[in-house]
Formats: sequence, C-alpha cells, structure tokens
Amino acid sequence: MRFRTLLLACGLLIGFVGGAAAVQPDEVLKDPALEARARHLSTELRCMVCQNQSIDDSDAELARDLRILLRERLVAGDTDEEVLDYIVSRYGEFVLLKPRFNARNALLWAAPVLILVGGGLLAFTAFRRRGDSAPAPLSPEEEASLRNVLKDEN
Amino acid sequence: MSVELGHFALVLALALALVQAIVPLVGARIGSSSLMRVGEPVTITGFALVSVAFAALVLAYLQSDFSVVNVWENSHSAKPLLFKITGTWGNHEGSMLLWVLILAFFGALVAAFGQNLPPTLKANVLAVQGLIASAFLLFILFTSNPFMRLEPAPIEGQDLNPILQDIGLAVHPPLLYLGYVGFSVSFSFAVAALIDGRMDAAWARWVRPWTLAAWAFLTGGIAMGSYWAYYELGWGGFWFWDPVENASLMPWLAGTALLHSAIVMEKRSALKIWTVLLAILTFSLSLLGTFLVRSGVLTSVHSFATDPARGVFILAILVFFIGGALTLFAVRAASLAPGGLFHPISREGALVLNNLFLTTATATVLIGTLYPLLIEAISDNKISVGAPFFNLTFIPLFLPLLVAVPFGPLLAWKRGDLAGAFQRLQFAFWAAGATAIAGYFLIDRASAVAALGLGLGIWLIVGALTDLALKSGLGKVGVAVALRRLTGLPLSIFGTCLGHAGLGLSVLGIVSVTALQAEHILTMQPGQSTEISGYTVQFQNLRPFTGQNYTEEQAQFAAGTVRGGSLGEIVSSKRLYTARGMPTTEAGIKTIGLSQLYISIGDQTPSGLVVRIWWKPFVTLIWIGALVMMAGGFISLMDRRLRVGAPARRKAAALAGEAKS
Repeated sequence: MRFRTLLLACGLLIGFVGGAAAVQPDEVLKDPALEARARHLSTELRCMVCQNQSIDDSDAELARDLRILLRERLVAGDTDEEVLDYIVSRYGEFVLLKPRFNARNALLWAAPVLILVGGGLLAFTAFRRRGDSAPAPLSPEEEASLRNVLKDEN
Repeated sequence: MSVELGHFALVLALALALVQAIVPLVGARIGSSSLMRVGEPVTITGFALVSVAFAALVLAYLQSDFSVVNVWENSHSAKPLLFKITGTWGNHEGSMLLWVLILAFFGALVAAFGQNLPPTLKANVLAVQGLIASAFLLFILFTSNPFMRLEPAPIEGQDLNPILQDIGLAVHPPLLYLGYVGFSVSFSFAVAALIDGRMDAAWARWVRPWTLAAWAFLTGGIAMGSYWAYYELGWGGFWFWDPVENASLMPWLAGTALLHSAIVMEKRSALKIWTVLLAILTFSLSLLGTFLVRSGVLTSVHSFATDPARGVFILAILVFFIGGALTLFAVRAASLAPGGLFHPISREGALVLNNLFLTTATATVLIGTLYPLLIEAISDNKISVGAPFFNLTFIPLFLPLLVAVPFGPLLAWKRGDLAGAFQRLQFAFWAAGATAIAGYFLIDRASAVAALGLGLGIWLIVGALTDLALKSGLGKVGVAVALRRLTGLPLSIFGTCLGHAGLGLSVLGIVSVTALQAEHILTMQPGQSTEISGYTVQFQNLRPFTGQNYTEEQAQFAAGTVRGGSLGEIVSSKRLYTARGMPTTEAGIKTIGLSQLYISIGDQTPSGLVVRIWWKPFVTLIWIGALVMMAGGFISLMDRRLRVGAPARRKAAALAGEAKS
C-alpha cells in the first residue's frame, strides 16, 4: 500500500509536472527502422511511476531506463513480441497499456462486439415485434372517408 | 466575517434544498397546487444563497485570507489576480462548490423560465433537482467544507498547483461543469416523467433544449481541456485516454445519443422508453465521472486530494441516484405507451443506428476505464488499459457511425429511400474520393488509411452542406431564390449542419496530425538550425527570466520557411514556480495557418540543449471543429420551436384559430 502511495506521489510530481516529452537524443537508435519499432513499442508500455503515461511520453528516470532496455533488446535481435515478453516478465502485466488477449481479459476485449451485436439484435427484434402489430389495413368505411378527404383536397 | 456568512449561506441553502426536494413532490402527489408552487421561490432563493457562499469564497481568495484552510492550501499572495479568482475552483472543495452553484443555477432557470410546464411535471422536476442539490450540499458540508478556519493563520499560502495557473482553469472547469450538471435537468425531467407515469411529445420538446445546452457546453469544455493539455503538458498530445478524460467523454457520447433520440421522440413520439433511459444514463455517467475524479480512485492531476471518506460518500450518492432512477425506470417504463411506427430505413432508423453505435462506444470507454479497478478488486493482479486499447476498439466502432452521419438528415421520416439519399450525396462522395486519392498521391508519408481518413472528414463536411443545399433547393431554383429559402430555414437545420460539419473538421485535424506530423529530437547549440517539413528553426539563445511568481529559462528560436521567409520568434521555456518549487514546461507554439510548429525544451547537456520540435499539420482543426459543433448546438437552441414559451403560444394561437372558424 505504501508503495502504491509512493508511486502515486511520484506520478504527480514527475509524471505530470515534469512535462516535456521524453525520448532523449542520445537514446535514438541509428537504424531508422529499428527506432520506429522502438517508438511504437514504447507507446504501448506504461511508465510505472506516472499516471497513465506511456514511456514514450514520460521523462521519468524509470521510463528512460525502460526505453533504453527495450532498445537494447531490439538491437540484440529480439522480435517485438519477445521484447514485450521480456519486459512483462520483469515488471508484470501492469506495464502493458494494451492488455493481452487472455481469459482474464476476455470480457474487456469481447465487450464492444458483444454490446454492438446484442444491441443490434435487440433493435432488430423490436422492429420485428412492432412489425407484427403493424396497423391493420383500412376498413371499407375508412377507405371511403379517405377518398372523400382526398377529393376535397383536389 | 464574510467567510462565516458564506458558510452560513451554504447551510441555509441545504435547508432550502431539502424543502425543495420534499414539498413540491408531496404537493404533486396529493394534488395541492399551493404546495407545488413552493418549488419556484425556494429554488431561486437557494440559487441566491449558493451564489453568496461562492462569492464569499472568491472574496477570501482575492483577499488571500490564509486563515481559511482552503485558501492557505491553494493560494499565494504573489499569485496573479486572475489565478487568485480561478484558484477558487482549482481544488477539490472549491470545485465541488462550483458544481453545486451550477446545479442551483440550472434549477433556478427551470423555475424561472418553465412557466408553461404542466404544474405537476414542474414540481417533480424541481423536487428531483432539490434532491440532487441536497445530496451534494451535504457532501460539501460534511466532507469537503471550503470554509474551515485555521488558527493561527499562516503568513503565506502554499500556492496553487503550477499546472493549473493558466487561463485554461478559467474556462475548462466551468464549461465542463455546465455540461455535466446541465444533464441533471434532463435526468430530473426523466425521473419526473416516470413519477408521473406520463410523457408525450411535449415532454421531449421541453427536454431537448436543456440537453442541447448541456451538450454544447460539454463539447466546449472537453475541447478546451484537450487544448490545455496539448500546450501545457509539453508533448503535444491532444487526447490521452486518461481515465479522467474518459470520465468526461462518456457523458458526452451518451449525451450525443440522447440529443438524437430526443429528436425522434419529439417529432415522431417513438423511442420514448429509450430516451428516458438515456437521459438517466447520461447524468449517471456525469455522476460517475465526478465520483471517479473526486474520490481519488483514479489519481491524477484532476483529483486534487484523496480521502476515502469522500469516496464513500460520493459512491453512496451515486448508488442512490443511479439505483433509484433505474429502479423507478424498471417499475414504470412499461406504462409509457410505445409511439409511432417506422421502417428500419428511415430517419428514425438512422437515429437508432446512431444510438446503437454511440451507446456501444460509451460502454467500451466505460468498461475500459473500470476494468483495471475490477481486476484489482477480484484478484491480486493489476493491469493497465491505455491508449492502444481504446484506439483499437473505439476507432473501429466510430468509423461506421461517421460514414453513416450524412445519410441521417437526408432520409425521410417513417420510410426513407437509401438509394435516393446516396444519389443526393454523390457530390460529397466524389469530393471525399478525390480528397483521398489526392492525399494518397500528393502528400509524403500519407498511408492509405490516412488518405481515407482525410476523405472521411471531407465526406462529413460536404455531406452536411449537401443537406443545406438540398433544403434550400440550390440547383433546382435560381440562386437568389435558393438564398432566400436558405435564410428562411429553421435554425435547427443550421445547427445540425454545423454539428456534423464540425465533426468532419475535427476528424480532418485528428487524422492529419496523427498520420502526418513530423518530429525532431535533437540537441542544439546557440546559432544552430534545423529543418522540419519545409520550415527552419534556429536556436538563438537561452536567457533567464523572472515572472510574478516563477523563474524560468527561456529558449529563443527563430522560425522561418526554407525559402528564407521569416515567421518570427518562438519562445519555449522551463519554468520553476518558487512557492512550491515545482518545475513546468512551457511549450513554444507558432500557429501557421491551421497548422502549428511546437517546440519544447529539455535539459542542457554537454552537446547542447535538448530540443523537441514537432510540425503539427492542421492540428487546430481538432478544436475548431469542436467549437463549430458547440456553435451548432447554440444556434439550434435559438430555433423558435425550442425557445421557452413557444409551445404555449402556438397552442394559444391554434385555439384562437379554432374559435374563429
């Protein structure tokens, strides 16, 4: 608990107030393709001592360490997936801003689709049900009075 | 003395709010018009009392009265005047007082301008408003009292969080709260209708203007917050999917759905039950947002203090109002007779589609925001749900909706003609296609997705204008006639057009800055220059500067075009607020047309100053679009049909007409 409070306090001081975007010139990799992958990966990793900031946005010391670490792994030839696995094994799943597709997160990922399909079906059945109770055809008397009205109009 | 007066006024306001919550409700129940009439004067007096309390707090801030805990904690004698005033709501207690002030203000508006509301409906609406006001006044007085004194009084205050010392604080919270709290009126109308068990098209006509006003304010508030974060936090992002932002986005999405379903209800008396449910949900999401931000469940720059007692209290308020309203809904909704029939391909059908997607989008944001809390509560695990998740889910949900938008206003009520609507949208379609193709081939770095995104923006804008052109008969009649017809169109049609076109502008801005922005991260020595997207930026020098309550290192840059033209100076700085010893970054921004050069500076290193430069093409369209949407809301609000009093006059005129014939 105390750890969490500390994190929050640091987050307020470092994360938000520190401002200024993060990546330092000396971190940037020579290979543009590798650097682009590094930038992409760092937008998916959380700065652990900040409030909902990715390590790409944060200039906290820990975020810098993570950025350097992931670049080292990339230079060593890891795939994106391997880099993420490595970082998750060290920092836990909390570090991922995009939760993994797994049983625990099934509800999270499935929810939008379920709601859209469920809502769509609900609306569809409502249409169908209402369709059944569509207004009865006009009776002969009503037809006659309608013709009268239309004749008056003309 | 004035502080005690304010405190006393607040207690009195609570007493009156309780009267307002109970007496008119009882009156409506037993059919006593004298009891029902109590609502009006009590509501208006309550507003006056909360205003006195608020004014007392502002005065304490102006006088830097550090014997008041709240002022001592959040102000400083050297703070500029504007920030002394805005600092009043730049903290938990003060912002809750602003919340209640706006709630009382809306209540008073209903009391003062709802003359032609049926008496029982009005009594019930005011009672529900009174109930909400009572709950929040209790909350303020018991857990978040801004009028607490300190003995002995300190000489100097602890200053306001430097990030909040900005013009944004003067605009963003008041606008946001006008939106959040404005939805309380729709909520009260919905609950009142459920209590009454009666609701008709006239009900929708009364609810729509309130929803529209709240929605327009909320749109402005969110846009202002986004721009503030963009220039203040120093890395040039405009939306972070921060839980606190999500808390304001959810009522906006639900409110947008409500705005549209209320149209169906007013025009066609269909979707009644759904509209009532949406009105309840929208304000519930506002309450949830208040809870998430204020309780400290989600700590961020917005939750100024964390205190479990407050969280539990707001949670209780939340459960009472949301639970109560939904229970009432479950019991009474069936008694509301279903209204007009319609074919799936019709204006109504289009609005149902709009509601389906908006509701799903709202639910996605809600689940994404709360899921980490849920996982943490039921297991020891902690997960994060951040921007990549929302980008992957929210955007695909929103795209089909955006494609469908221009069709809506072109479909007829009851049974529409989709092929005909598409034919009439041909021009918009070709304009969008041409934009996408031109974008793909002419703009460097434009991917196919980005090009399609730009086309989508144009589709929305031209589609919205097509509706105006068709309604004025442009092309069928002469230009002069069309122009005359155009000026004769109801203002609500212009409102729709601006709302949809504004959305298109925002889409253009978002797509172009996300896909086409350029970024340079480098170290610079004085005199060194660099190029970015056809512009040059030269670092000139670093110089110290002392402001009223801060010191800073200002980096001066000269901006120009590659061809040698000068665009003037850009100043970016690292600032230190002396009272709290907190550093902030002040980005240097140069607006060129609709685009911006954005510079923020980092540390001084042996190889020079760390400088980050962004070229943000058409970035301002994001907020201009939101302002256009907001303007659309207000223009629609000025429509004669929606003006308060119009229904009664029309009815009177109709009666007079009948009497004559």
